[in-house]
Amino acid sequence: MKYLERGYLIREELPPFPSEERLRKRPVAYIECPQPIPCSPCYESCQYGAIKMQNINDPPVVDYEKCTGCMKCIRVCPGLAIFMLRIREDGMGEVTLQYEFLPWLKKGDKVKLYNRKGEEIGEGVVNWVLPPEMNEKMSLVRVEMPANLIFEARAVRPVRE
Amino acid sequence: MVKTEMGRLQEHPILEFKRGKEVTIYFNGKPIKAFEGETVAAALYAAGVRVFSRSFKWHRPRGFFCAIGKCSACMMEVDGIPNVRTCKVYVRDGMQVKTQSGMPEAENDVLSILDDVMDTVFPHGSHYLKFTTSKNARRFIVNQLRKFTGFGYPPKAVYQGKAGYEEIETEVLVIGGGPGGMSAAINAAKYGAKVLILDENPFLGGQLVKQTHRFFGSAKERAGTRGIKIAEILEGELRSFKNVDVRLETRAFGIYNGEVGAHQKGEVDKLLRIKAKKIIVATGAYERTLVFENNDLPGVYGAGGVQTLMNVYGIKPGNRGLIVGSGNVGLILTYQLMQAGVEVAAIVEALPTIGGYFVHAAKVSRLGVPIYTRHTILKALGKKCVEGAIIAKLDERWNPIPGTEKKFDCDFICVAVGLSPAHELLYQAGCEMKFIPELGGLVPLRTKYNETTVPGLYTAGDVDGIEEATAAIMEGRICGIHAAISLGYGGKEAEKELEEAVKELDEFRAGPFGQKVVVGIKKCLVEGVKV
Repeated sequence: MKYLERGYLIREELPPFPSEERLRKRPVAYIECPQPIPCSPCYESCQYGAIKMQNINDPPVVDYEKCTGCMKCIRVCPGLAIFMLRIREDGMGEVTLQYEFLPWLKKGDKVKLYNRKGEEIGEGVVNWVLPPEMNEKMSLVRVEMPANLIFEARAVRPVRE
Repeated sequence: MVKTEMGRLQEHPILEFKRGKEVTIYFNGKPIKAFEGETVAAALYAAGVRVFSRSFKWHRPRGFFCAIGKCSACMMEVDGIPNVRTCKVYVRDGMQVKTQSGMPEAENDVLSILDDVMDTVFPHGSHYLKFTTSKNARRFIVNQLRKFTGFGYPPKAVYQGKAGYEEIETEVLVIGGGPGGMSAAINAAKYGAKVLILDENPFLGGQLVKQTHRFFGSAKERAGTRGIKIAEILEGELRSFKNVDVRLETRAFGIYNGEVGAHQKGEVDKLLRIKAKKIIVATGAYERTLVFENNDLPGVYGAGGVQTLMNVYGIKPGNRGLIVGSGNVGLILTYQLMQAGVEVAAIVEALPTIGGYFVHAAKVSRLGVPIYTRHTILKALGKKCVEGAIIAKLDERWNPIPGTEKKFDCDFICVAVGLSPAHELLYQAGCEMKFIPELGGLVPLRTKYNETTVPGLYTAGDVDGIEEATAAIMEGRICGIHAAISLGYGGKEAEKELEEAVKELDEFRAGPFGQKVVVGIKKCLVEGVKV
């Protein structure tokens, strides 16, 4: 498994992308968790049966049609491996990710976007947050960005003014 | 940026540091500000002290390594008592702390010249070979050499304090209040057994108290909950039982035919003689170190030591670190350092692939930390403290490839190369032991209910094989219930739960990550007496 030599996934190793049609409908959970590890909170949190696992060591597979974008799974994932993706009507993309650094991000904050390897790939704007105190110090941050970056941007850092 | 003041973190995304009253301790006569609740070693580190002792032969500088009382690198003279592990002693106003293995002190030790010249005059091992012809010459030289070593001096005055003694009878005694021990105590107590639980720290939770990350596993094992929170939940549950007696700052030192000797600190120090029908040993593990040039330099720390400093006491370990080892501990520590505003230069892994969970690696990769697989650390740079490190690529036969060296500037290096079981009590009690590399070292033979070859003596957690906290909790549950059943508690209901617990642990270990442990356990599994 090449990804274990690198520490990040490349295009060929990613799970299948949801269709553009699906991405435009409402947010969808995209899980980058390829390795069999004993972990199942995402599966247990999903009320819609959208996350499939045979046993606790099985990597999760998302049924994008069943996923309603309710964000239960991203709230609990201990591996920070779940991203909510969406393309809005106006053509802009949105990625929601887990964030636990200081300073906490707020709505309207400008952020730099980084890919899986940690390279800077652009800028985005935070347009919604779930504050850390609402989710056991794990903040959720939704970042608005160009739609072509939603499968690339995997980390954010505030732009220092 | 994370705010710091006096070497201490003032804020943290996950943790809140509750510091006690400000006090002054004296280090080699110099006043140093500290806060109640901090250990001497932590307070000294925050004040910028890096050299804690000198090696006893060549007087090389030594800093702390483990920060949890296992490595002895931080031994000093405290209030006149020599060889005190300063990472285990809490500050008190007016405390006098002295380094004991330097002339005049560890920081500036004139004897450190030995390190540079003595090696040529007295090569390694020569003290066994030279001056051996005459008995008197031998005696003379040994006496002279002792003056140069750093084991401190006996106290000048006789101990004036009082000493207490207490005899305790209990049904189940649990040694160690980490996840495994607490779980064992809870499960034995819930079926009615009278339980006594000891821990050498002034708090319960073991190493959970520094695990700020969310745990894996299933929701039933509290996955998605942070380790620090799991410690609180377990403690709450434990303390809700009336039949559980918790003794903190109490260290068990021996098991003698079902009786246990322990030392309890307090207003009056007490010797405890504990008669227990069942004993559960859950003493955890030690951090391993790695062989490389200058690996004893202050600034080369155990990964858990850094976690203790940073997550328990809120002290910034440095500005830029290098991590050796990409197991879960190394990967999680990298992320925790970044949360505390500390830069991480790189993670170095000798194996061709990352050892820990991929998702932990992905978490730090996307934040720009490079992971060098098939690389090793060649040496730490610096004279009195780490100033940098050199790493190199390894070939197929694990030899460094010349020309592939890379230099990193960093002010500390974390060694995260695994743990070894803290098996001493089990060994001393007479358990049959076996060296099993898959489990991290010497472990006891045991039944599937974790009973050792000494009847009534159980183990739980890392002490019987290195895994992680979730497995420790599950093992604790198994041996806790089994102990209760064999005392006659619980009946059918308990027996049903016991079988369920064994099955759940098997399922937990069924994946590729559990394979190593499963193989290891097969090698030390014995048939037990049926309940």
